Amino acid sequence: MINKIKTAQEAVAGVQDGMTIMVGGFLATGSPEILMDALVEKGVKHLTVIANDGGLAEGQPNPFPGKTARGVGKLLDHHMVDHIIASHLGVNPRLNEQFADGSLTYTLVPQGTLAEKIRAAAYGLGGVLTPTGLGTPMETELDELGRKKKVVEIECKKYLFEMPLHADFAFCRPTVADKFGNFYCAKATKNFNYVMASAADHTIIAPEKLVEIGAVDPDIFAVSGTLVDTIVEGEKPWQI
Amino acid sequence: MADLKERIARRCALEFEDGDFINLGIGMPTMVADYIAEDIVVTCHSENGFAGIDAMADETNLDVDIINSGGQYVTVLPRVKYFDTAESFGLVRGGHVKATVLGAMEVAENGDLANWIVPGKKVAGMGGAMDLCVGCPNVIITMMHTQKGAPKIKKHCTLPLTAEKCVTKIITEMCVIEVREDGLWVTELHPDFTREEVQAATDCELHWDPDCKPYQEN
Repeated sequence: MINKIKTAQEAVAGVQDGMTIMVGGFLATGSPEILMDALVEKGVKHLTVIANDGGLAEGQPNPFPGKTARGVGKLLDHHMVDHIIASHLGVNPRLNEQFADGSLTYTLVPQGTLAEKIRAAAYGLGGVLTPTGLGTPMETELDELGRKKKVVEIECKKYLFEMPLHADFAFCRPTVADKFGNFYCAKATKNFNYVMASAADHTIIAPEKLVEIGAVDPDIFAVSGTLVDTIVEGEKPWQI
Repeated sequence: MADLKERIARRCALEFEDGDFINLGIGMPTMVADYIAEDIVVTCHSENGFAGIDAMADETNLDVDIINSGGQYVTVLPRVKYFDTAESFGLVRGGHVKATVLGAMEVAENGDLANWIVPGKKVAGMGGAMDLCVGCPNVIITMMHTQKGAPKIKKHCTLPLTAEKCVTKIITEMCVIEVREDGLWVTELHPDFTREEVQAATDCELHWDPDCKPYQEN
């Protein structure tokens, strides 16, 4: 059987300047830290990042401040991101600093719509119809690829047509995975990890715990290992 | 000010019934949970991934895998259900979360809400607010009636909207207002204020419900 287990450096070797990546996590809870560290070490630039938010900066959050940046925050600290597609950009101060100096641009997408756009790419749909954003700047502003949005009326009810969102790489953080790549994420670390795992050309996971195939009840897995290309060991629980 | 916010939170807590599934926004809406009657069971949705928020966590009970939508470590109830973002917002857009409680910068006479961006200021983002306002059958605004004396309840919103015609109720320190097809109707008035004072603090016409009652608090 194919061995998916690689070092973090080997896993990110294919990530090139200018690529689009997805990173699981919600304010870095559920983000794969060792994969972010490997991207920083590789020094890849001009990324487009799809994530819920910009992660955390050093010293966030109160009252349990981290000693380093977390999640996407690590990429922002090293000026590796040109464009971010997210639902919330207010927490990590690096974001507004880089918007102000012109080095970073953004596309805001409502959180539920962001999940559905990714899911549409993952599940082979041409897009989704959502009432979210009608009558707001989401209806009138161009989308992440500069396309005008369509309003579709079905049985007298209006919806915004939102296009699928696909990436070159997805970076996910399971709590437990087996060596085939079947995985699940505990508690509130699920967030975007499940939809992202099937919406990219290459999916890399960094599980907190890696077990032998057959070692746990397969019913606990939420994502199929058939979607996972690469497994990296060594992810640790966040230390406060 | 703190007393007035507590008043608003105590009034809002009366909106919920046994068995309700609700979402409380960050800030004053979060305070509402402290005043919900102990003899009813209400489940709070945390849009980042679960139903069943309990309280803020401390060093003794903190779990690094459990944050709320504001990024704060919280504890959960024994009946908690965790889910991913797609399921979380499926519950929201599907109308399964009965009510959302949010703050506002502006509310219009027709229920339009603006609470996520001030053009030219720092970028924050809507997070889950647009989905919540579109999906939840009840959108309850808890806020001070005015901002530095300027009315926040207006004929039309001037800021970019969060959602159109979504607000169902407005609870301020002065009164409780229902948003109906034919405009804004005051259903409760706090004894510290007169009808004239409330109207003067509002930038559109208020209607007075024939059964307008004194302001209730839990």
